[in-house]
Amino acid sequence: EKADPQKTAFLLRKAWTLYSVTPLYGFRRARLRDYARLLGAFIAAEKQKGLAVEVGVELDIKVALSSLADIRGSELDQAALLVQLSSRSRGSSRNSEDKPVWWGWFCSVFGDELSENVPEHFTCLPLFLSHGAESYTALVGSWFQKTFDCCFRRLAISPLNLSWMVAMWAGCKLDRAASAVELVFSVPRLAQPLDISYAIHPEDAKALWDTVQKTPGEITQEEVDVFMDCLYAHFHRHFKIHLSAAKLVKISTAVALAHCDGIVKILHSQYLPGVLMLLTELAISQIQ
Amino acid sequence: HLATSLPLPSERDHLRPRIDMVVFMIDIKSKYSLKNVEASLAYLDARFFLGKVCFLVTGVGRVNACSIETNAICKLGETYCSPVIFCELELEGVRASTAQRLLRMLRICAGLIPGVSALSFVSLMRKSDGD
Repeated sequence: EKADPQKTAFLLRKAWTLYSVTPLYGFRRARLRDYARLLGAFIAAEKQKGLAVEVGVELDIKVALSSLADIRGSELDQAALLVQLSSRSRGSSRNSEDKPVWWGWFCSVFGDELSENVPEHFTCLPLFLSHGAESYTALVGSWFQKTFDCCFRRLAISPLNLSWMVAMWAGCKLDRAASAVELVFSVPRLAQPLDISYAIHPEDAKALWDTVQKTPGEITQEEVDVFMDCLYAHFHRHFKIHLSAAKLVKISTAVALAHCDGIVKILHSQYLPGVLMLLTELAISQIQ
Repeated sequence: HLATSLPLPSERDHLRPRIDMVVFMIDIKSKYSLKNVEASLAYLDARFFLGKVCFLVTGVGRVNACSIETNAICKLGETYCSPVIFCELELEGVRASTAQRLLRMLRICAGLIPGVSALSFVSLMRKSDGD
C-alpha cells in the first residue's frame, strides 16, 4: 500500500489514550476479517449479558480491522493495526450511514529493541492508542487479551519524559505560525490544588533550544536539563516560584500535546513518525 | 536535626551537638530538591565525606512521577564517595526499615560499634554495590 495522507489524517488532532501492549501470540494478518467478525460477536454477546455500553440506546456495533501499512519505522516493525467500531441504529433503512464511535490502533515505530528478541509466533505492536468511550476500550482490550494472550497497561508519562518531549518538539522547525509552547505544572501538598500554566512564544522556545542543542538530530539528557533550567530560572526571576519543585503534568507544542496520564494529541503529520517513535520507546520500557 | 539547606545558621553553632552523620534527602519528584542538595554539598566540611554522608532518595515508588534521572543521582553518589539509598517513605514497612538502616549507619558513624569505622563501613558498602 502506498503512503496515503488521507488514511492517516484521522490520527491527527484526536486525543489518544496510551497503553503498552505485550506481544500478541498467534496473530495472523491474513485473518483480519475473521477477527473483526469474532470481536463483533463478542461485543454483541457482552451487551446481551447486560454489560450494555450505553443504557437505553439500541445500537449495533460493527467492527472493522485494517492495516495501516505506512505506520512503521524499520523493516522489523509490524505495520500498524487499526480497529474501528461503528454504530448503526437498528431499524434504519439501508441508506443509513455507519457512524464511527471508537478507534483503537496498535503500532510499532522503531520498536526493534522488542522485535529483535521476540520468539516465533509473536507479533510486536507495543503501543496502543484509543479514542472513544472507555467501555468500548475495555471490551476490545479484553477480547485481544483473551484471544492473543497479551496484556494492556495504561502508559503514564513521567515529568522527566514530558520535559524531553517539550524540548524536542519546541525545537521542531515549522513552516506555519506555530502555537505557543505551554507547560502546565501541578503544585503538590497544598490545601487547594494549584495549577500553574507557563506559556512561551514558540520562536523564543525554538531559539532557546537552538542555542542549547549541540548536534542537530541528537538530543542528550544534559541538553534537556539546560533547556528546562533556563525556563525555570526565567520563571523564578519573575515570579519567585521554583517550578522545579512542582510536578510537570502537561505540555503543549505546535507538534503535539502530552499529558502525564498518558494522553497525547498529535497535530502535525510531518512529525507523526517522530512522536510515535518516542511513544513506542516509552511503551517498550514499560513492558520490560 | 532537620534543615532545608546548608549552611546551617551560624547563630546556633555553640548550642549544636556534634554531628556524626549527614543524610541528604532528594525527592525524585522534585528537580528542585536535587539542585538544593547539590548547592548544599559545597557547604559541608570535606571530612564528612569519609563515610559520614549518605544520600536518601525518596518517592521511588512512583516511577511515573519521576522528575530526576536516577543516573544523575548515582553519579552524585560516586562523585562524593557516599552511598545512595532509594526508598519510598509513603510505605510504612519501607519507612521503618529505612529508618533502622540509617540508625545502624549512624551508630557506626558515631563510633559506637567497636572495630568498625565509618570509612571502613562505607568502602564495604561501595564494594558490594559494584559487584
